[in-house]
This record gives sequence, C-alpha cells and structure tokens, in this order.
Amino acid sequence: MKRAPTHSYPGLNLGRRHASADKASEVVTFGFWVFLMSDLVYFGLMFAIYITMIDAQAGGPGPHELYDLKSIFAQTLILLTSSLTVGLAMLALKYNLPRARIVLWFGVTLVLGLSFLVLEIRDFMAMADKGGIPQRSGFLSAFYGLVPLHGLHVATGCIWLIVLGIQLRLFGLTDRLMSRVVRLALFWHFLDLIWIGIITIVYFGGLSYG
Amino acid sequence: MDKRSEMHRRERRRYIVGYGGSLLLTLAVFTIAYKYGIQTKGVYLSIALLGLAQLIVQLVYFLHIDRRRSSREDLDLVLFSTLVLLIIILGTVWIMGNLAVRMHTYPM
Repeated sequence: MKRAPTHSYPGLNLGRRHASADKASEVVTFGFWVFLMSDLVYFGLMFAIYITMIDAQAGGPGPHELYDLKSIFAQTLILLTSSLTVGLAMLALKYNLPRARIVLWFGVTLVLGLSFLVLEIRDFMAMADKGGIPQRSGFLSAFYGLVPLHGLHVATGCIWLIVLGIQLRLFGLTDRLMSRVVRLALFWHFLDLIWIGIITIVYFGGLSYG
Repeated sequence: MDKRSEMHRRERRRYIVGYGGSLLLTLAVFTIAYKYGIQTKGVYLSIALLGLAQLIVQLVYFLHIDRRRSSREDLDLVLFSTLVLLIIILGTVWIMGNLAVRMHTYPM
C-alpha cells in the first residue's frame, strides 16, 4: 500500500512526477496564496459594508422584492460543478491523460463559467427592471459593489482559461504552463469559496434581516 | 495496477467526495430555506452553520489544506488572513451598529 503523496508546497500539488515543474511552482504558488488572501480581505471589506448597509434601503426595493432564489440555486450548482471540473482538468494534466480529456474538462469549465455569468447578468437586469439600481440606496450600492465584483473575478478566470488554452496549443505542455494551470485551479476554487459567503451573507442574510 | 494510476484514482476520488459533500450541504441549505422560510433566527443560524461547514469541506477536499506538516505553513497564512478578516468585519459591524443605535435609527 502506497502512502499518500507528500505535499511540498501548500494547496494543489504537481507531485514528484513533474519534479522540475513542481520545484518551479513552489515559490510562485505560495505567492499566489498571498494574493488570494489579500483578495479575501478586499472581499471581506465589501461584506462588512453590505452587512452595515442592509437596513439602508431608503424606501427603495429590498431583498424580498429583488432576489430570485431559484436563479441563485442554479448559479450555485453551476459554480460548484465548475470547481470540480477545473480540478479534474488539473488532474488530467498532472497524470498526462489523453489530450481529448484535458480539452474536455477545460471546455466544460469554461462553458460552466460563462453560463454562470449569463445567469448572473440576467439577475442584475431583472433587478434593474424592478428599480434595483446601484444609485437607488446604500443597500443596493453595497450589493452592486460586492456581487458583481465576484462576477468580474469569474470573468477574469474565463479569460485566463482561454489564454491558457491558446498557450497549451502553441507551446505544448511545458513546466511553466503546468504551474499556471495550478494557479488557475486555486483561483477557481477560491471563487467558489467566496460564492458560498455570498449566498450565505448576501442572499440568505439579506432575506433574513433585510 | 501501477503506482501512477493508483495515485490518480485516489486524487480523483478526493475531488468527487468533496463535490458530493458540497452538493449535499448546498441542497440542505436551499431545502431548509424553501421549507421553513428564512425569517426566523434559528433557521438563519442553521443556514450559516451549513455554509461554514461547506467552506471547510472545500478547503480540505478542493484546496488540500489540512493539518499535515507540509501544508501547515499555508494553514498559518489562511488562519492569519481569517483573523484579519474577522477583526475587519466584526469591528465594522460593531462600530456602525453602535453608531446606528446612538443615532436612534435602529431600535435597541
């Protein structure tokens, strides 16, 4: 029985098979973690503003009129599944699975990321139709400061995914590229964590206390 | 079975377990919200606790953060950032809430 693979640096690992890529990843991956955690503090500030602004509705539409839980449920499932597929894409690269499998998982992740964005933008448009625009009240300003910020991160992740796909095609599977894929996967998982915070605090919290 | 595909299988299983756990917790949260409404404090508390559980499941199964010696450095980073975050959020909520009470915009 083999022992569990040892981890030489935090988070996702390339392992001993890709020893040179693994070593090259060590420092940048830790640096990327530091970036993620500072991004987390930024999100935390936006959460704090939202919590303090929850009652500042200034007679405008509140959470009960604006939030559509069915759409939020669909978005949650999509984002969660994309977090699984980006992990499977990482594993496909790590274990040199056939190219078709790598392309499949990256493709599925991209499609899921884009459909998440489409649903989210449709929600924002439905909210705007009911008078829920950022300048209406402090509550709505805080909402639009936080939730689209997460959407912007997802959009960045999608662009990053496309750029990596092009690089994969042009340069093949180099060490450098593998270490970039590791960071993309970390980023993507991180966005899923933020989304859990958003459904718990923004949507359910808003409906409970707003 | 060779060592490589054995390791692959194990890592893939880890992702799938994490996904299944997160899926169950998500379904639980939305079922509670749908069945009991979201108005009472007890319901919101259970939703918040399930959300916290899901954060931990994803940190362990997707981001591979645990108490093993090799990833401890990273656990330190995450814990320290969480501490900063809690100070920011709780501090803001405390001060602004207190201000709202003093300005009589919010009932005691």
